[in-house]
Amino acid sequence: MLSKRIIACLDVRDGQVVKGVNFEGLRSAGDPAALARRYNSEGIDELVILDITATLERRRALADTIRAVARELFIPLAVGGGIRTEDDAAAAVDAGADKVSLNTAALSSPSLITTLAGRYGSQAVIVAIDAKHVPQGGPAAGGGRFAVYARSGQAAANRDAVEWAREAEDRGAGEILLTSIDRDGTKVGFDCDLTAAVSHAVSIPVIASGGAGGLEDFVEVFTTGAADAALAASIFHYAETSVRVLKEHLRQHGIPVRL
Amino acid sequence: MSIALIDYGAGNLTSVKKALAAIGADVFVPGAPGALAEAGGVIVPGVGHFDATRALGRPWTDAIMARVREGRPLLGICLGMQWLFEGSDEAPDWPGLGALGGRCYRLSAANPNASTRLKIPHVGWNSLAHSRDAWILEGVPAGTQVYFTHSYVAPLTADTVASSEHGGAFAAVVERGQIAGVQFHPEKSGEAGLQILRNFVRAAG
Repeated sequence: MLSKRIIACLDVRDGQVVKGVNFEGLRSAGDPAALARRYNSEGIDELVILDITATLERRRALADTIRAVARELFIPLAVGGGIRTEDDAAAAVDAGADKVSLNTAALSSPSLITTLAGRYGSQAVIVAIDAKHVPQGGPAAGGGRFAVYARSGQAAANRDAVEWAREAEDRGAGEILLTSIDRDGTKVGFDCDLTAAVSHAVSIPVIASGGAGGLEDFVEVFTTGAADAALAASIFHYAETSVRVLKEHLRQHGIPVRL
Repeated sequence: MSIALIDYGAGNLTSVKKALAAIGADVFVPGAPGALAEAGGVIVPGVGHFDATRALGRPWTDAIMARVREGRPLLGICLGMQWLFEGSDEAPDWPGLGALGGRCYRLSAANPNASTRLKIPHVGWNSLAHSRDAWILEGVPAGTQVYFTHSYVAPLTADTVASSEHGGAFAAVVERGQIAGVQFHPEKSGEAGLQILRNFVRAAG
């Protein structure tokens, strides 16, 4: 049976892993390659390197960081942040990324999804969607319930997350990385309402992100949230929860994991 | 001897090269079929659409099969494994190598165990159910999980040495003499994947 994946996210700025709350207030969490090694030894299923300031400062993903991680770890590695063109994606892939994650660029030039899927295969293309709850279905969500934001959560895209995820799949995306801006870094649990809405709307895997705090949050996102994978940063970086303890807990709750 | 890694434009070879380098293998990417004469073993990687295997025309298949007849091992990875078969529903008008009998088909999203539909492509870690001893699986215990990403699969046949399951069982590892294939990505399957690559490199001498 296919395991539910646990993915560690390394938010990288200037070669260091950092992590904030609600996309702001960053603090340092160490060397990316050292953290990646630790997660790998604990049994992490996949790694995501996000160059979190790349979009804002128009920098490319840190090729040196990618190379350092890919040289010694033989598990899937995704890279996002600042991938705006086919050349940016090629630089990440050439450095050792197996997948590239598109966010702002996919919204402004959706044809990039198709271009990259054609060149590397859909399995190499993740569309990352940052979304916020809009309880009344306001204009920011294009009439839907979940508003999509670009530019690291700073600019409303005037689209609904469910509708955008469907379009991304149609254009060739292989996976959706779905982040709740409301929950990011808060440790109050994943937004299962958002995750389930998107996961049931597409046939490609959905990675839930934002809000992981305790072990029960992961149980909930894999059951109620219908997530195929769950991504977390803070709880792993500061060793609040080891990957192994988390996976043993999930297995005890009947959720298939790789142990 | 060195391992020939065939680049036919179906996906990126970086990860496979890095994994082979990590286990100390000597790898080269042949620019023409004639260069395969120097190869101790041949790896056909690849991701994506079966149609991409059109780039593996007659000169390549002849050169690859010539090495196999000389007793050299051949490993197909993912799309490269599907190519070992007679063909695939994904590109019905283009044949595979035909070294193994059977035809590849698309996974079904119908879930026999639940009302919800299965996600296709099949992406992530899934376990191996061994069906018989195989040199390619030496040191890889039954139940080991490996990393898959694909929508099409090869059928269970007498050449299947390990299966996996997503909606139904399919061939995860095949072996027939010196020809082996893996549907998953050994270069992305942690230590178990490296062990499979070591088995291949050892067979290549």
